[in-house]
Amino acid sequence: MSQTAWEALSNQAVAAAGVVYFLALLSHLAEWALLRSVPVAGQRGQATAREAVTVGAGAPPAPEPEVDDRTAERVEMAGRLGFLLTCLAAVVHLVALVARGMAAEPHRVPWGNMYEFTLSGTFVVAALYLLLRRRFGLAWMAPIVVAVVLSLLMVAVIWLYQPVGPLREALNSYWLVIHVVSAIIATGAFTLGGIASALFLLKERAERKGRTGGYLGRVPSPAALDRVSYRMHAFGFPVWTFAVLITGPIWAHEAWASYWSWDPKEVWAFITWVVYAAYLHARATAGWKGRNAALLALLGMATLWFNFIGINYFSTSSMHSYADAPAVSPLHPGS
Amino acid sequence: MSEQSGQQQPTQQPTRQPTRRPGELTARELGRFVWRQLTSMRTALVLLLLLALAAVPGSVIPQESVDSFGARQWKDQHESLTPVYEALGLFDVYGSVWFAAVYVLLMVSLVGCILPRTKHYWTAARAVPPAAPRHLTRLPDHAAYDVGASPEQVLEVARAELRRRRYRLRPAPTEGAAVEREAGTVAAERGYLREAGNLLFHLSVIVVLVGFAMGGLLGYKGGVIVVQGAGFANNLTQYDDFVPGSFFSADELEPFSFDVDSFEVEWLEEGPGQGMARAFEAGLTYRTAPGEPDQTYDLRVNHPLRIGDSEVFLVGHGYAPIVTVRGGDGEVAYSGPTVFLPQDASFFSFGVVKALAAEPEAIGLEGFFYPFFASIDGDPFNVMGRDGNPVLSTNVYVGDLGLEDGESQSVYILDKEDATQLENDEGRPLRLDLAVGDTARLPDGLGSVTFEGVEPWVRVQVSQTPGKRIALGGVVLALIGLCGSLFIRPRRVWLRVVPAEDGEGSRVELAALDRSGGGDTAAVVDDLRLAIVEALDHPQEDTP
Repeated sequence: MSQTAWEALSNQAVAAAGVVYFLALLSHLAEWALLRSVPVAGQRGQATAREAVTVGAGAPPAPEPEVDDRTAERVEMAGRLGFLLTCLAAVVHLVALVARGMAAEPHRVPWGNMYEFTLSGTFVVAALYLLLRRRFGLAWMAPIVVAVVLSLLMVAVIWLYQPVGPLREALNSYWLVIHVVSAIIATGAFTLGGIASALFLLKERAERKGRTGGYLGRVPSPAALDRVSYRMHAFGFPVWTFAVLITGPIWAHEAWASYWSWDPKEVWAFITWVVYAAYLHARATAGWKGRNAALLALLGMATLWFNFIGINYFSTSSMHSYADAPAVSPLHPGS
Repeated sequence: MSEQSGQQQPTQQPTRQPTRRPGELTARELGRFVWRQLTSMRTALVLLLLLALAAVPGSVIPQESVDSFGARQWKDQHESLTPVYEALGLFDVYGSVWFAAVYVLLMVSLVGCILPRTKHYWTAARAVPPAAPRHLTRLPDHAAYDVGASPEQVLEVARAELRRRRYRLRPAPTEGAAVEREAGTVAAERGYLREAGNLLFHLSVIVVLVGFAMGGLLGYKGGVIVVQGAGFANNLTQYDDFVPGSFFSADELEPFSFDVDSFEVEWLEEGPGQGMARAFEAGLTYRTAPGEPDQTYDLRVNHPLRIGDSEVFLVGHGYAPIVTVRGGDGEVAYSGPTVFLPQDASFFSFGVVKALAAEPEAIGLEGFFYPFFASIDGDPFNVMGRDGNPVLSTNVYVGDLGLEDGESQSVYILDKEDATQLENDEGRPLRLDLAVGDTARLPDGLGSVTFEGVEPWVRVQVSQTPGKRIALGGVVLALIGLCGSLFIRPRRVWLRVVPAEDGEGSRVELAALDRSGGGDTAAVVDDLRLAIVEALDHPQEDTP
């Protein structure tokens, strides 16, 4: 296959993956919409009690909805369909990545610019979710993960797209594989952890306010969410350390003559690292556990994604701005 | 940053002294109070967040040390803000006092935390697991079940299973009341290395900082632009810019020298990435010291040249148009390759030529260099970085170019304040557009300008970074420690076996406690319960 054929394949696969992710999102939404008519197990009594209060004293309590077998079946179907579609989308997503790498001459890893990085990052988010779904009971996360992946893919296609090109000279190093792949994996893990933390905050708030129905009624308990979030972060943090503080400096030393030069991207990677370090500490500190720790996790995710996409448009001096930067940044020797 | 110190110790009651007012502290007490505050986990957290916050301005405001040109431009554009920012050190955030204050406080907090913790760990690491609590079923994760085997069998099997899982077991007491109290129980603990990992991580942070500081204090980095065919000797006077560490002395410069014999760029002429430069390579001939034999090296990006403790990097390239300026008398006032600085990826470059010796008046040229000039509807345009059609397009200034006042000047900036800009017949600024070989005469017999040709230049950075291995080693150790502290789960497991009430077999109570918060102790209990039942069913396999 020619380079252009590979590139076309990659573009089509991205589009197809987007469509399938969208279908997966639809079935998960259908799943959760259908679930609305099924009362949350164990909380039925509470819910009806509340209903009775709102209806007003004297009114007959609302009849308990019969748990409809057919509805339960449909819920199950929709959930399974969503999962299968997500698997399918992830496979197509992988095809897009591989084709992207094959389209370059010479072949290379498909993370040479922002578009490709986003493509890889979202793939890792989807893949990690699929791999860990069973182990950590992440089924509740499905609609959110799929929505996040889909939106980021759209951002990539609409704003970050670049035709396949050869690697910039500074990127032409085996450290590209090691450094970037670890950054991508950490980004994926942190993103999943951030989703869990966000849900933790929402769920906690809902519980405080006594709302127990709807989607939030079915996500795991705050303690379980906190644990999932911690596990994701605990996995992501060493990987991020490896990417940002070991392989990054080694490569920077080879390519830019200085292992740490306070380049905006480095600064923000460092900020992200510090914020996640603070998160891990906060989880062990009285008064910071729970809510504040979860807020720190979200702050960490904000810095992470700002660093990933935002800083390239915000700062023009970054040596990392591969989105639309010159081959070797024009030099302004201080003199 | 200790977990223990998270809870504030109640401040010690001051000893009664008649002269003291409430809240008054002796210096010693105050010191202890401050120390406690500083080394508390909460302070450490706040300091961490402060560190993150303090790092932000440096990524937004151009930094002298990172992007000095950008910093200068910024200062020109914001005249009123500049003095304020300068006073705050915002052009050198990472070297500023307040940034240092944050990380020094963080380090003090860290040391104040790991010292007592190391001491504590020293004893805790060798301690025996604590005896089983009286009511195991009150722990959050527990199991209670009956087995057919006798209590002795169960205890033996449980001990073996726990040992196999590398738990440390509490030895059975041999005398005193404890013998009876602990009879029929097993107490086990594992994950002692978690705290070691934690301490290692925090110690390593200090190691990294030491390595980093060594690089900053003892090392240096300098940049120089060398035109093809020219050379460089490692000597302070030869650098365009030089950033020494605070304790750097000039005799640390190793006496090597090199010549740039050639510079090759491969330009992508077509396809995706067209116009990109790739695979650039500078052919160097270098000598480790004067009189040493010549060696050659192909300097490329990602492939620095190491000479002794110094490293030479290729960090950029560009073009130097060769310009000859003659005065009104026809004498050559200036001639040679003049470095122009690329402004964008197409190597469209900006630069100045100063012919100060020209008579009757000094001549200054300021303008642009197009490596591959093209004109679209009369608008000049640069096609790509390859020097396919070089054109030099400059304005001309004569008169006082600001050198009389003796201030040192950048070779990339023309001081036009007191100079006169030459105009053409229509009264518009005169622009010279020269292709290679062209000569333009200046009006009023002021002289002429000839564009002779183009030489490429390379920008080379030379640096010494002592302590880089220490820093790297520190980070690697930190990562190992980090993994230990995150993934080793400290657990305590207790088991109590009593004869079953009906006399047949025994009743087992099993409980586990995770001391890290985040472990799944229910799974531990389950696993152990099944393992014990299994081992009791097949005694021959697991009996030690």
